[in-house]
Amino acid sequence: MTWIAIGTLSDIPRRGARCVATPQGKVAVFRTQDDQVYAIDDQCPHKGGPLSQGIVHGTAVTCPLHNWVISLETGKALGADEGVVRTISVKVEGERLFLALEALASRAA
Amino acid sequence: MTEKLVIIGNGMAPGRMLEHLLVQAPGRYTVTIFNAEPRVNYDRIMLSPVLSGEKGYEEIIIHGDGWYIKHGITLYKGHKIVAIDRAAKTVTSDHGVSEPYDKLVIATGSVPFIIPVPGNNLPGVLTYRDLDDVRAMMLAAQSRSKAVVIGGGLLGLEAAAGLNAQGMDVTVLHVMPTLMERQLDPAAGYLLQRAVEQRGIKVITKANTQAISGDGKVEQVELADGTIIAATLVVMAVGIRPNAALAKEAGIAVNRGIVVDAGMRSNDPDIYALGECAEVNGMVYGLVAPLYEMARVAASQLAGNETAAFVHMDTPTKLKVTGIDLFSLGDFAEGEDRQEIVLRDASAGVYKRLVLRDDRIIGTVLYGETADGAWFNDLKKKQTDISEMRDTLIFGQSYQGGAPLDPMAAVAALPDDAEICGCNGVCKGKITGAITAKGLTSLDDVRAHTKASASCGSCTGLVEKLMVLTLGDTYNPAAVQPMCSCTTLGHDEVRRLIKAKHLKTIPAVMQELEWKTSCGCAKCRPALNYYLVCDWPNDYADDYQSRFINERVHANIQKDGTYSVVPRMWGGVTNAAELRAIADVVDKFEIPMVKVTGGQRIDMLGIRKEDLPAVWADLGQAGFVSGHAYAKGLRTVKTCVGSDWCRFGTQDSTGLGIRIEKFMWGSWTPAKVKMAVSGCPRNCAEATCKDVGVICVDSGYEIHFAGAAGLDIKGTEVLGLVKTEDEALEHIVALTQMYREQGRYLERIYKWAKRIGIPEIKRQIMDDQSKRGAYYERFVFSQKFAQVDPWSERVSGKDKHEFRPMASVEFAQAAE
Ligand code: SRM
Ligand SMILES: Cc1cc2nc3c(=O)[nH]c(=O)nc-3n(C[C@H](O)[C@H](O)[C@H](O)COP(=O)(O)OP(=O)(O)OC[C@H]3O[C@@H](n4cnc5c(N)ncnc54)[C@H](O)[C@@H]3O)c2cc1C
Ligand code: SF4
Ligand code: FES
Repeated sequence: MTWIAIGTLSDIPRRGARCVATPQGKVAVFRTQDDQVYAIDDQCPHKGGPLSQGIVHGTAVTCPLHNWVISLETGKALGADEGVVRTISVKVEGERLFLALEALASRAA
Repeated sequence: MTEKLVIIGNGMAPGRMLEHLLVQAPGRYTVTIFNAEPRVNYDRIMLSPVLSGEKGYEEIIIHGDGWYIKHGITLYKGHKIVAIDRAAKTVTSDHGVSEPYDKLVIATGSVPFIIPVPGNNLPGVLTYRDLDDVRAMMLAAQSRSKAVVIGGGLLGLEAAAGLNAQGMDVTVLHVMPTLMERQLDPAAGYLLQRAVEQRGIKVITKANTQAISGDGKVEQVELADGTIIAATLVVMAVGIRPNAALAKEAGIAVNRGIVVDAGMRSNDPDIYALGECAEVNGMVYGLVAPLYEMARVAASQLAGNETAAFVHMDTPTKLKVTGIDLFSLGDFAEGEDRQEIVLRDASAGVYKRLVLRDDRIIGTVLYGETADGAWFNDLKKKQTDISEMRDTLIFGQSYQGGAPLDPMAAVAALPDDAEICGCNGVCKGKITGAITAKGLTSLDDVRAHTKASASCGSCTGLVEKLMVLTLGDTYNPAAVQPMCSCTTLGHDEVRRLIKAKHLKTIPAVMQELEWKTSCGCAKCRPALNYYLVCDWPNDYADDYQSRFINERVHANIQKDGTYSVVPRMWGGVTNAAELRAIADVVDKFEIPMVKVTGGQRIDMLGIRKEDLPAVWADLGQAGFVSGHAYAKGLRTVKTCVGSDWCRFGTQDSTGLGIRIEKFMWGSWTPAKVKMAVSGCPRNCAEATCKDVGVICVDSGYEIHFAGAAGLDIKGTEVLGLVKTEDEALEHIVALTQMYREQGRYLERIYKWAKRIGIPEIKRQIMDDQSKRGAYYERFVFSQKFAQVDPWSERVSGKDKHEFRPMASVEFAQAAE
């Protein structure tokens, strides 16, 4: 497993997200109210809405385009909607954040 | 290779068929639908609540545009099929689109019957079938004048109740001696007539319409006995005819409707028909339950199951007029071989009648007390022998076997296969099963997962009882509509407690008011943030993470994730320097689209998020500030050229518009606020459909409010006339502040005004000088903190993180 450094916890606002640009598109990295960090593709399973721009609540984000609610833990749409977005492992070492390279690379294959 | 399935008509029957088909044979067909109505599939049954104002169109949509996209279905809206070529296997629309099919489904529904009397085509004569009819009726109702509804059946009475709720003076004409005679016996018809009349609707029975007349539009209706009734609107609801003309022209067998076998197949094996246009075993239907059954059968057939067959069933009829409970089922005519059991309770307005044959129920009429409808329906369906309980049968299920049951116990006692939702054929076991298995907690969830109560809604009470039974005390249907699932409190209660308990942060609100989630959801957080911004302008720190993305980055997100930018153009006035600056920005940032908006300014669309601060910096140089085109706040103030230029202008409408916009920009409001000022009653700035509008007249300024022109169309109400520009500004500001303090989040001014009452608003703003003054002062105070241009703040570095990715990862090695 290769871990790529992407920055520090304080780069992301609480209940917010930032993007990481990768050759396969954007990954959205979320920080919850209680400082857990999750990463998922920045593409809503509904119509590709940028999930990084949504409102973060609990361990979920509401898509800004049509309000689907996506679980940050599983990538699955919650409620009556159905769809799933890829999750990417994140490692937090102190303040520093790392993304799992393999997960990213496997999407290229 | 997929087969081509073409559907003519996009009503409730084929919509349901597709839902089944997508599950049973996903990917088997490429589906194309032609719909004469220019819209998606909506719940036609619920047009009556839309007419009465209890629901909006968007609440009754069954399949939104996204559904068709998601399933790869092509929907031609506003295309009427004019020819079916069975030899070539194609259909052709009135716009010339031609489409080949392997299988064709005809679902053209019904056409309303128009009685053949002179004047039946005058403007102002409508039928009641689709959304256009409802919109036309609502428009006509704005006159608050007289309407005549011809037809005292289900549709006619729902139309009459709706128009009455919209403030019209309504008369119902019915040709038979009692109302709804096809569903009710005379006794129940009489009780119904009394209830209808108590609402102020006039009813004339045995009324034989002879002519409709008027000069260029409807003015009166004449009856055979010479009676003349004045009317500006006539609604004909006298019955429907299966819409089978198209099929007939194509040589398909048609009797009353399109003749199909029990598999919904016409005499052409590749052509099916379903819905109100179809005739199966000699019967045509006009209620959704049997149509949904047809939909199920047709889907199975199309999926390859040739044994699926339609079986006739009786469907209970209910009237969807709030406050009138009636239920009718089966055959209730008198006859030699039949007995009846009747219960009357005059003081309570209750009438119940059961018609029996061979100790089995064959018909039921219930008026005033319909809770046992489901039970009687169940006994009838199962052909239960009732001789054992004959004496107490009419008292209902609660009297069977010992002590009377309360209504809750009665529902509990229903067997699992008792039908709860007649429209969708959903039984009790399915509902309780879904509640438990899927952890459903709200009525909306149950509707989404089981479809129970999702069509006409008359079983909502039963479904809620089932929810209470299954979920226990955690479900409380009688309570006010909570803000969202994070709390049991409604918006008004939350607003009151924020002030009363001096709650000044979102965590404080959630703690003190016992929020059920740790940090709320996307519904409550923006609402709470607004309430706090409004109530504590000087000491609340706006929580940007609780704002929708548009308000967080001060631009409108587009479907592809880019943004649009709309600078303020005060009162719609611009000049060469501003236009040049916009042109330069467009060139420099290669902005793909520049558009003049409906709000008298310029929209630049398709800007990359990263570019936003630089775009704003350049616009700022030219003196532009944000137009808040994204905000629940003051949007535009449209103006006309007014007395400075126009030969009819009475006052300086442009000047006043600019003055209002400069005074009020930056303020946050419960929902967006749009204003306009017109220089004379010709009203070129369209002020009479705005949240707040001004019509200048010789004697001063007529202030209007509570208009709408979006999802709903509504002309404004007049607040009052004032003499000077200063007074106009003061009144408008005070009105807006009153709305800011009382409106629920996302509630536009017209909805708030409807809730509070126009007279109350007039009283506080026009008549109560001290109230008006206090509102004005509070608005002025809050503007001190609000009038900061968000764009220049961000150009100077605020929220930098919003506009840049946190990192860029390159891993060429991994991508190999
Ligand atoms: C740009 C514009 C259309 C145009 O090209 O002319 C527009 C564009 C949008 N309108 Fe509008 N509306 C525009 C004038 C209107 C008007 C006409 C007017 O203001 O005179 C109306 C009807 C009047 C009214 O509001 O009552 C209008 C009624 C709506 C509605 C329905 C609101 C309602 O409560 O009924 C929505 C949906 C909403 O707000 O939830 C909406 C929502 C939208 C949104 C914000 C959709 C969204 O949420 O992304 C669109 C944003 C496009 C963008 O990124 O710029 N727009 N919209 C107009 C901008 C005016 C401006 O300068 O600010
Ligand atoms: C106001 C109202 C209240 C009602 N209340 C109830 C109720 O409480 N309970 C109940 O069970 N039922 C109720 N009904 C009846 C119910 O709505 C109908 O039975 C049902 O909608 C019929 O469905 P359908 O698919 O057969 O036809 P429709 O829903 O009528 O759809 C037919 C569609 O086909 C389109 N079309 C027609 N010809 C063509 C063509 N040549 N090319 C393309 N498109 C074409 C039409 O534009 C229309 O959109 C109510 C109906 C109305 C109008
Ligand atoms: S009408 Fe308004 S909301 Fe609808 S597409 Fe046009 S701009 Fe968008
Ligand atoms: S794209 Fe996310 S909800 Fe539609």
